[in-house]
Amino acid sequence: MTTAEISEHIGEHAPIGGNYLNQGKGIKSWLFTLDHKRIGLMYLISGLTMFFIGGMLAMVIRTQLLVPNGLIFHGSYEAYKHYNQVFTLHGIIMVFMVLVPIPPGALGNFVLPLMLGAKDVAFPRLNLLSYYLYITGAIMAVVSTLLGAVDTGWTFYTPFSIQTETYVVWMVLGIFLLGFSSILTGLNFIVTIHKLRAPGMKWFRMPMFVWASYATSIIQVAATPVLGVTLLLLVAERVMGVGIFNSALGGDPVLFQDFFWFYSHPAVYIMILPAMGIVGEIITVFSRKPIFGYKFIVMSSLAIALIGFVVWGHHLFVNGQSAEWDAIFSFMTFFVAVPSAVKVFNWLATMYKGAISLSTPMLYALSFIVLFTIGGFTGVILGALATNVVLHDTYFVVAHFHYVMMGGTIIAFIGGLHYWWPKMFGKMYNETLGRITCVMLFIGINLTFFPQFIVGAEGMPRRYATYLPQYQLYMIASTVGAYIQLAAFLLMAGYLIHSLVRGKKAPANPWGASTLDWSMASPPTTGNFQEMPVVTQGPYHYDDMEYDGRLGGFVHVDPVPALAGAGVEH
Amino acid sequence: MSENASATLTLSSPEEMAGRHLAHHFDTPQQQFDSGKLGMWLFLGTEFLLFSGLFCAYAVYRMLHPQIFIYASRYLDPVSGAFCTLVLVTSGFTMAWAIRCAQLGKRTGLIIALLLTIAGGFGFLAIHGYEYFEEYQQHLMWGTNYHPAVDLSPTQTVVAKPKAVGGSWSQLDALGHQGYLVAHSNIAPAAIGPAGPALAQSPAVSVAAVASQPNNVQIFFGIYFLMTGLHSIHVIVGIILLTYLLVRAIRNDFGPCYYAPVDFIGLYWGVVDMIWMFLFPLLYLIR
Repeated sequence: MTTAEISEHIGEHAPIGGNYLNQGKGIKSWLFTLDHKRIGLMYLISGLTMFFIGGMLAMVIRTQLLVPNGLIFHGSYEAYKHYNQVFTLHGIIMVFMVLVPIPPGALGNFVLPLMLGAKDVAFPRLNLLSYYLYITGAIMAVVSTLLGAVDTGWTFYTPFSIQTETYVVWMVLGIFLLGFSSILTGLNFIVTIHKLRAPGMKWFRMPMFVWASYATSIIQVAATPVLGVTLLLLVAERVMGVGIFNSALGGDPVLFQDFFWFYSHPAVYIMILPAMGIVGEIITVFSRKPIFGYKFIVMSSLAIALIGFVVWGHHLFVNGQSAEWDAIFSFMTFFVAVPSAVKVFNWLATMYKGAISLSTPMLYALSFIVLFTIGGFTGVILGALATNVVLHDTYFVVAHFHYVMMGGTIIAFIGGLHYWWPKMFGKMYNETLGRITCVMLFIGINLTFFPQFIVGAEGMPRRYATYLPQYQLYMIASTVGAYIQLAAFLLMAGYLIHSLVRGKKAPANPWGASTLDWSMASPPTTGNFQEMPVVTQGPYHYDDMEYDGRLGGFVHVDPVPALAGAGVEH
Repeated sequence: MSENASATLTLSSPEEMAGRHLAHHFDTPQQQFDSGKLGMWLFLGTEFLLFSGLFCAYAVYRMLHPQIFIYASRYLDPVSGAFCTLVLVTSGFTMAWAIRCAQLGKRTGLIIALLLTIAGGFGFLAIHGYEYFEEYQQHLMWGTNYHPAVDLSPTQTVVAKPKAVGGSWSQLDALGHQGYLVAHSNIAPAAIGPAGPALAQSPAVSVAAVASQPNNVQIFFGIYFLMTGLHSIHVIVGIILLTYLLVRAIRNDFGPCYYAPVDFIGLYWGVVDMIWMFLFPLLYLIR
């Protein structure tokens, strides 16, 4: 049975026996669930909660910076220390609890087995364990915040992180657990992709998002252990006074920076690769055209994952690294631009002469391309040695990585959330509000972060609680942008929650996607597939389906001869 | 009793036994076993990477301050370390034996082999724990806790290896890597750049004049305790896992069609062995 046949089949006949949301009742059936879809949903809820907290901290930062002397924290050492705590927590929450774990944890968990034609991930218990490690890590972070919020910045640079009196150890151990959770998720995905593909699902028949998740998982498994040992060393430093990173005891603080960025730079690609996978899926579906240059996109994902391991030194250009290494790391950094550009050009070529429909997910994908390109290009500027010396530790850096993280990862994640929302919950959201929100976010993000490029280029340092009056106009624009984003997110929360209660019932395949994740009813049953799929062609083919107004979704019309089988007579 | 048990085990249908342990989302026991094995290897890869940070720290500090490592390593007892190695390697052998017994469905053999492996783990911890205790008593610790009562007298050091050390520790300390090269080179010191003549002209070259230990010896002990400590934690985890296997072996869970847990935990134990294989020469056998 092919994807479209199944979708047609189920689209017209309601599935028997409910779906994964109502098969199994009570709180225990959720807390001890081994179903990848339920675990994905729990990740989604936890992640959005953390995103809300991190976002509120960002609003505090932006509100503070409305006036040069600071609107909220001003006047005393203690007040400025609170500001440090706020931006530190914002960074830690967003990086370690939202950007790294949530795209794979929420969307990856939900979609990956569906796309592969598998009943679950390879190790369902491990999957649940990784969710609980995530929760425990998040709780430890909260505890450390209540005891004495960390003020080191999310990077924990020594020697300050050894000297500060805040609760670094709790926070760091929490992040160690989050890292462990991330490793287990990556390991689970790699084994799932290797061993649980449906019959006929060859490597080059896998959807983009699966490839992106595979590349992500490789980085998670290969880089996160190094973060683990770095954090353990930091704990040993604070608890035992080992001295490896402490120059007072003969150690070397710059070694910490090398260790830290050996993980944390590849971690940037953990954040962006799933986003790129999501965008690839959305663009092909809403252009009604198979993805252009499939293998190039696949290879570029793997190339980004591998090159990502040899660029960490670009964070240390002004930190006493030798000129030779500076040059090598700078060159490798430029090199990352190549696979990234391959992706962007292939997406554009996919859209070329396609029947583009500007639905909400597509608007997010297009926003991603624009914002990610701005973020990417400014990354090249920062990777150049001469400009880096000037721009290092200014708002230019802040603007750059927010364009990539917020404009890239978060926008793509939200786009993916809208794309798979009907599959996850079986409900359609309000399309008009969806489009309005996307436009608001696009305006809000540009208004927030573009002025920061300008003030950064003019020399405004990052992480300061106050600034010179000459930057105030830009800072006000930036804050207004942040409030527009807040409004957009609140509106989004409103119509998404509304859709759960009042939304139109979603058909099996509302967007006309040809990947296996749309081949079963929305939402799927606990076992995913009524009948195990057999794959006979690549992931993207749109000639064999058309829109059916009665269902509000797509149905299979003209089967390719090779695919003929049961269900054709429908 | 055990004869009976293994007889029962071979009598029960292997397919039935494999089916009992097959999770719902796998199609065949083989697919399940292969998935588990791949997952285990990936996990062991992350274990190596976890240690790699420490190996990297070791490499960096040894490259920058070889004199610290040469000096401090003498505090460690290679004989004791060799015993640790022997015990651990033997337990690696008994672990491999346990896997074979599980594959063949020999319950008694499996139980004996697991018991011996666990004993090996405890033996390692005992020997190493005693070493830690001695080091604690002598204040051979990390950071500010390093203030040994027994200073390794430089004379003693030089007597132990008269050919290896040409200058004083403090001199080597000042010269860093280059000094190390001078001290270990057969080439006349003068041929090795600016540091050479300084050493050659210095009266401190004579053995009797060697006066003090190098700076920052505590760095070595920091790295030593972190590396061996993390390794010992892995040994303890291994013992817990082996005990779990032992309980299941007594319950007669394993046989020719289902021995994956024994196989996977055996792999883990092998990696724990292997990491020690690197730690022993790197820490104990520096001359």
